[in-house]
Amino acid sequence: MSQSAVKLNVGMPVALLLALMSIGLFVVVALSTGETAQLSWQGATGLLQRMVALGLVALGQTFVILVGSIDLSVAALISAVAVLASHLMQGDPAMIVPAVIACLGLCAIVGFVNGALVAYGGINPLIATLGTGLIIQGVLAASFGALQGTVAREFQILAYGGVLGIPYPLLLLASLSLAAAFVLDRTLFGARIYAVGGNPDGARLAGIRTERVTLSAHMVASLFAGAGGLYLAARLQSGTPWIGRDGLYDLESIAVTVIGGTILAGGKGGVAGTLAGVLLFATLDASFNMLGIDAFLKQVLRGVIVIAAVAVHAVRAKGHVA
Amino acid sequence: MTLRTLLATTVALTFAGHALAQDFNDPAEFKKQRELLAMTPQGPEGQPWAQHLGDSMVDTAKYKKDGQVTLCFSNAGVFNPWRVVGLNNLTAEAELHKDRLKELIVVDAEGKDDKQISDIEALVSGGKCDALIVSPNTTAALTPAVEAACAKLPIIVFDRGVNTSCPVTYIHPVGGYGFGITSGEFIASKLKKGDNVLALRIVPGVDVLETRYSAAKTIFDEAGLNVIGSEFTGSDRAKTKAVVEDYINRGEKIDAIWMDAGDTATAALEAFEDAGLPYPVISGEDQQDFLRKWKADKLTAIAPSYPTYQWRTAVIAALDVLDGKSVPGPEWVLPQPAITEDVLTQYIDERMPPLHYSLCGCQDLPGYPERWGGKK
Amino acid sequence: MTRVPQTTPSRRRAGRIALNAGLVMFIVLYAAIVLFQPTYLEPGLFMNFLRRAAPLVILACGQLYVILTGGFDLSMGAVATLVVLAASILINGDPEITWAVIGVLYGMGIAVGLMNGLVVAFLKVPSIITTLGTMLLVNGLALAWSGGAARGDLPDNFRNLGRLVWRDVPGLGTLPVAVVVLVGFVTLAWFGLNGTVYGKRALAVGDNPRASELAGAPVAATRIIAFVVSAVSAVTAGILLGGFSGVSVNAGEGLELQAIAACVIGGAQLLGGRGSIWSATFGALSLFALFTLLNLLGLPQAFRDSIQGVILIAAVAVTAWRRRRRT
Repeated sequence: MSQSAVKLNVGMPVALLLALMSIGLFVVVALSTGETAQLSWQGATGLLQRMVALGLVALGQTFVILVGSIDLSVAALISAVAVLASHLMQGDPAMIVPAVIACLGLCAIVGFVNGALVAYGGINPLIATLGTGLIIQGVLAASFGALQGTVAREFQILAYGGVLGIPYPLLLLASLSLAAAFVLDRTLFGARIYAVGGNPDGARLAGIRTERVTLSAHMVASLFAGAGGLYLAARLQSGTPWIGRDGLYDLESIAVTVIGGTILAGGKGGVAGTLAGVLLFATLDASFNMLGIDAFLKQVLRGVIVIAAVAVHAVRAKGHVA
Repeated sequence: MTLRTLLATTVALTFAGHALAQDFNDPAEFKKQRELLAMTPQGPEGQPWAQHLGDSMVDTAKYKKDGQVTLCFSNAGVFNPWRVVGLNNLTAEAELHKDRLKELIVVDAEGKDDKQISDIEALVSGGKCDALIVSPNTTAALTPAVEAACAKLPIIVFDRGVNTSCPVTYIHPVGGYGFGITSGEFIASKLKKGDNVLALRIVPGVDVLETRYSAAKTIFDEAGLNVIGSEFTGSDRAKTKAVVEDYINRGEKIDAIWMDAGDTATAALEAFEDAGLPYPVISGEDQQDFLRKWKADKLTAIAPSYPTYQWRTAVIAALDVLDGKSVPGPEWVLPQPAITEDVLTQYIDERMPPLHYSLCGCQDLPGYPERWGGKK
Repeated sequence: MTRVPQTTPSRRRAGRIALNAGLVMFIVLYAAIVLFQPTYLEPGLFMNFLRRAAPLVILACGQLYVILTGGFDLSMGAVATLVVLAASILINGDPEITWAVIGVLYGMGIAVGLMNGLVVAFLKVPSIITTLGTMLLVNGLALAWSGGAARGDLPDNFRNLGRLVWRDVPGLGTLPVAVVVLVGFVTLAWFGLNGTVYGKRALAVGDNPRASELAGAPVAATRIIAFVVSAVSAVTAGILLGGFSGVSVNAGEGLELQAIAACVIGGAQLLGGRGSIWSATFGALSLFALFTLLNLLGLPQAFRDSIQGVILIAAVAVTAWRRRRRT
């Protein structure tokens, strides 16, 4: 992973710095609290596993933010996918493939609607995706009584299995990260995303159909959220309509993306930074646990860290932000 | 187009939902909990947290561990006052056992299943814990993590359960049906056939709350009472008051209010005050503000409980297990008392904050009342 | 974001159109309420409607200041929660100190607003992230301070601000105190935007910060003031909420998004440059009328979320469409 990430020129110093700081924090806290067992292979994979759900969502969020949009509907979509997957499977391994296809299909539709509202409807993305999120949440809550079920045992291997001591979820996150980095860095689509986010008028003049790019980015974001939802369904055995909302995946995915150096206005940033942001959140969780910090104080610290982490690289920006 | 499809699906699924939402209405469990409510508890008199219903015990000799021990606690979160009071009970109980306890490690999952699974994995792999107490955020989600932990440590589960019998014991009061039975029967006894009941609930789809409602609804239906509405308030006082005002403004006659949790009971009553109407019959819960209002305004009321003293029991059970004493199990069912008018005064403590749960069983614990936010 | 240089007359026209859209929507929704429940035509019930809508309207007016300058304030809900919890802990049932504590509450609010404004203006952290951070921070502080559950007690003179209704008021029948606070706040907010130089500055800064800086406008100060106004509105709303229904740890939950939605429904443009106090006021009243209507219809809770989502998208789509047609 690092090999391809190193070649990413955008956002790399921020990413590296953040990742090193996070790891440093984790090691220092583990040593000072005597939790040396957390520094073992098992402890490290446990730490990385805390990244998976938020990481998958944040990868998708990076695409929409890069293109100058934003997606607040991911939390509701995650819940929807987790509920739908467990309902369709009903514990039957034969239904794994159809269920996954149906879930990703749902995500594609939601992403399409989001993208169409933003790109062709001219609706502010915050409002558009807040609205679709509310709609999905409502549908879910209304129909949950009819949508119960559990995923197949075999499907849970996705969350609990592993090979050579590496849990599958980590492999999933790593491979999807690599794929995302490859798309953004090496493909025409990726170049267009940066172009549209950086300068939409210029991109349009250069002959890029900016609406299509925005719409595609939204579909990517929804599909990644769907991957997150499927992973959570496997990990939690069955979905409930609140896992997305309770996990704060909407605001947290935006926060880690921005912490990782991707600019909200679009056009600058990348996958490596986002992953570093996710790693920071995971180490905070693990370190606060080891330090035994009270839940409310934790929230205060997290607020301060979010602002400080963004301020570190934002303060150098010229011009104004809102 | 897609939007329209989505809406159409909503409509379809909503109706399907009403037809199929049977999961929380289990007549066998209803009957069982009704029997448990009537049972005389065993164990030390006056200490309901150490009592149990039924005879089944489990042997724990194999978990015996000498010397000082470390207890670990994976908490679902402290996202409501019930859990805040409970956590104080738990840490205070641990303080009672200083000589035996080296350390109590508390890890908070902030209401996230995914985090709680990671938390449990980290606690187990950390190797510090001699026993693990789990208060699961969701039953199904935490099952695999608890199963994996069982292989390494004695596990005590309380409040919500898990779908596996591997924990040494699962501590819980009688349950949601019991809550609904106590409150439903009281209201049914005070009203006559055809009277109106308004049900105020927190959120839909949560197992421990849905069973409360389904039990009460069964009793209302049997008594021929008319449930004019079942509204969700999200535990929000402003919303509760607004919902009740709307019913009053619509000219509906409300003879009784049934609540699946009492933290907004006083807000519901205020709507009647503001409208200049007499108070209805009401079922709340064991929060101080409700009990005080009940006494001050001479309400016709009952306060069923889902006692927070179970948080004490968790520590007691964990230490008993490490002592090798046999404990009630595989389910440790605690008594689930209700506060009635006769015993109301003894549960009121003016020093305590409004949302303090009176059945905390914490009056004799170190730091009472300040630890629970009370005044000296 | 295309930036069309706007002259004052055209901006005034935009303001008037926004007023009409929000007002029309409110009237339609309120008429629908009356259709289901004719008693809502009685002055008493209308006053009660206003009393309950007051916190949201006030929040929307504060949020509008920030939206005009191109930002968002996600921390208002947390500030409202902090206010309710802090009031109850600090006053602790002693009516003598109510007014002093209200002063302290405004002090706390102004501090949060200043912090938001300073971080956005000088550390260049986008407002959505800054205020997300302060939302976590303020909420955490409020919960840590109260221990996670309501504590203390609110005396009647505090509660009356949100709860008391004067009866037999000549000409009006009943008059809730909260409605007086509402009218006072909206008037002040209106004056701030229309009666002082600040309003034009805010619009200019939201429209094009670089240009207004070159034109000599104090961009940073304009931004900071907007966040302070927003926080002050959150304190006011918190006081009314605490008064209306008492102390709870989730008093302000989700209000920030409702306030943003209200502004947008009323026709304010996100990322700045367009909107008036009337878009906030009537947007909030429309949203609240919608909530009331959905309640009256007795729809399942879940539906209400969905319908709110549809209306939100539709309202913005209509505005976007009208704007496009005009240009």
